[in-house]
Amino acid sequence: MSISYACNTVEHGMARRSFLGTMAAGVGSLTGGLGAFLQPAIGEELMREQKRVVIWDMHGGISQLETWDPKPGTDTGGPFLSIPTSVPGIHVCELMPKTAQQMHHLCLIRGVDTNEDDHGLGRYKVTTGRKMTGAANDPQIGAVAAKALTPENYALPGHIMITPGGGGGRSNDSAYLGPKYSSVQLGNGKPPQNSLLPDTITVEHDAARQEYRRRQNERFLSRRRTATSEAYGYSYEQALQMMQQRDVFDVSKEPAKDQERYGTHDLGRHALLARRLLEHGTPVVKLSHSNYDTHHENFNFHIEQLGELDRAFSCFVEDLADRGMLETTLIIVLSEFGRTPKVNSRYGRDHWSHAWSVVMAGCRMPRGFAYGATNDNGTDVVDGRVDHANLFHTYLQGAGVDSTATFNIEGREVPLADPSSHPIEAILT
Amino acid sequence: MNAPTEFDPTQAHVVSEWKHERPLNACRIDPLGRFVFGGSEDVVVSRFQFADGAKTNLTGGHSTWVRSLAFTKDGTHAVSGACDGKITWWETTAESPTPVRSIDAHKGWVRSMDASADGTLIASGGNDNIVRVWNAADGSLVHELTGHQGHIYSVAFHPLGEFLLTGDLMGVVKQWELATGKEVRTFDAGPLHSYNGGQGVDYGGVRALSISPDGKRLAAGGLHEATNPFAGVNKAIVLVFDWETQEVKQKHTADSVERGIVWRIRWLADGSFVGAISGTEGALVFWKQEEANFYHKLKLPSNARDMDLHPDGLQVATAHHDGHVRITRLTAKST
Repeated sequence: MSISYACNTVEHGMARRSFLGTMAAGVGSLTGGLGAFLQPAIGEELMREQKRVVIWDMHGGISQLETWDPKPGTDTGGPFLSIPTSVPGIHVCELMPKTAQQMHHLCLIRGVDTNEDDHGLGRYKVTTGRKMTGAANDPQIGAVAAKALTPENYALPGHIMITPGGGGGRSNDSAYLGPKYSSVQLGNGKPPQNSLLPDTITVEHDAARQEYRRRQNERFLSRRRTATSEAYGYSYEQALQMMQQRDVFDVSKEPAKDQERYGTHDLGRHALLARRLLEHGTPVVKLSHSNYDTHHENFNFHIEQLGELDRAFSCFVEDLADRGMLETTLIIVLSEFGRTPKVNSRYGRDHWSHAWSVVMAGCRMPRGFAYGATNDNGTDVVDGRVDHANLFHTYLQGAGVDSTATFNIEGREVPLADPSSHPIEAILT
Repeated sequence: MNAPTEFDPTQAHVVSEWKHERPLNACRIDPLGRFVFGGSEDVVVSRFQFADGAKTNLTGGHSTWVRSLAFTKDGTHAVSGACDGKITWWETTAESPTPVRSIDAHKGWVRSMDASADGTLIASGGNDNIVRVWNAADGSLVHELTGHQGHIYSVAFHPLGEFLLTGDLMGVVKQWELATGKEVRTFDAGPLHSYNGGQGVDYGGVRALSISPDGKRLAAGGLHEATNPFAGVNKAIVLVFDWETQEVKQKHTADSVERGIVWRIRWLADGSFVGAISGTEGALVFWKQEEANFYHKLKLPSNARDMDLHPDGLQVATAHHDGHVRITRLTAKST
């Protein structure tokens, strides 16, 4: 897969070992240019083979006690009760009644200890699988997954981030993997910025100028082919595809009944858009729900936020399961940390990274399973303690990527995940 | 209104502290002044004898936090409301009270309750955005009042008996006619609510609601200027409405209580009123109707989450996060 360039650099290739995972067949079968992906027959085949990852990022630190690991009736449990789920023996907080009915698809990781209670540092650990050091700038899980999973000639961006607010453009989350794997932001779920042809340019005019650009590009490449010049050409072609397939990013094209089911709030729209993107083959989608940093009135605010999350997430899981997409899609629900078991004097919970929960579903994750446990009042992990590095390995392995492999970055072998750690083998199927 | 001769809020001082094992959410004094009942961050209703603070724990009525309390007007029964959606009747003076009856009153928390002036009705407001009015004697449903678009944060019967007032998270106060259950009109307490787009939350609400004994003023308390809801960065406020015109006669503040929230308001014998406030400190704050700023503040050792006035008009009970019920006398210290 490594590409030799005129300047003898080896850019953005993946070392051979990484293809020993289950992705080998799917990625290895890709040939042709961007146009190949547009052929329906090939596209459908790829869709069946391709692994996808979707990350639900609960900004601010969602409370494990009000979601996945309730402790009702204890000094830390708060006012909410727990409810049974579709899996006998597994209970969740009463604020998640719809999700409870999808538990047979989910895998709860209840013994997470990331040992970092600062927002920025905690987020770094959880999203990169590594501890932040002064010199390090590590790629986030979305970028790593995008590089590992995006077919070489995939026409659209392989890494999409649906942001809760406005904005757009490219994120800076791929570090040394390069901008190709940085997430393209869909501000508040809107199609990519500048993806409409300006009124002043006709289709014919645009086609003519693109043809001129291609001729000039080929002429240049015939004399000096470099990774950078090739990337420029790729970017132009990808941008054209985004413009031509703009509907892929338009959630209003989804059936009205689904828009109602998911909820008309932002998270509902974003979750439905995520489903749409995955169905159109986007390898990595990230969406966020803001916000859970509830130092004050934790319970009131979790009622509000989880009302949205429960509705949107349960629909999302149910739909992916019904459509057979859980076989190829890994769902991750994470946050930078959880919240303190102790309730403070203002009905709040503070930052707590020592005993909290992450949720996964799909691909190699067991269905209807709870791994790890905390003690009676949730202050410590008593079984199945895992950290950010274990989780990062597990995300990749869960999506069929060998997390012990390396990327070849400009001739340097860079491990996909912390080589001193390992995945949670006990849960991988 | 005639205040007792020794009444002097500027001399208010704590005279008793009684401890429960868990943080308290709510408190009420029975209409005959014999007991203070507390609701807490557990399944217990605690009963303290007013004379000496002797405590009895009432169990079996709820499965989670007790958030609201009320008494029938004759004082024979206490009614507790909890985050399990139940309201439970207790015999006030029984040696070891057990639940007289328990009703699945709301889907979600019961945040507020009140008893009607004639003693026949109990009102409850919950997280299902519904107000329900119950027969105080047998617990049967009298009215189900719908129309609020947010959680019900406060309910208060009008002292002259004709109406019920209810306030919600969105800063809406509704006036209901008790005879028919029909909505009469709405008071706009919008300044008590805000939506924070960055954090994606509605915040504030009508946390305290009280009508003056003469029926001429309606006070709605809570918070405003909420710049950071998740950190509770806001200021305490009480809006006082003219009952007839619905005009806001005064916006009462207590900016010196950092991050303040007004949790309950009670009108005093001299026509002023007191608010229980939590923030970076707990406090009792006293306002005169004509002045925006308070005329006295008594700092308390812990956040005050609820408050009630003794029938003698001279003593106040407050429920605190540190588990204490505190009794404050609105008089000078005895020598």
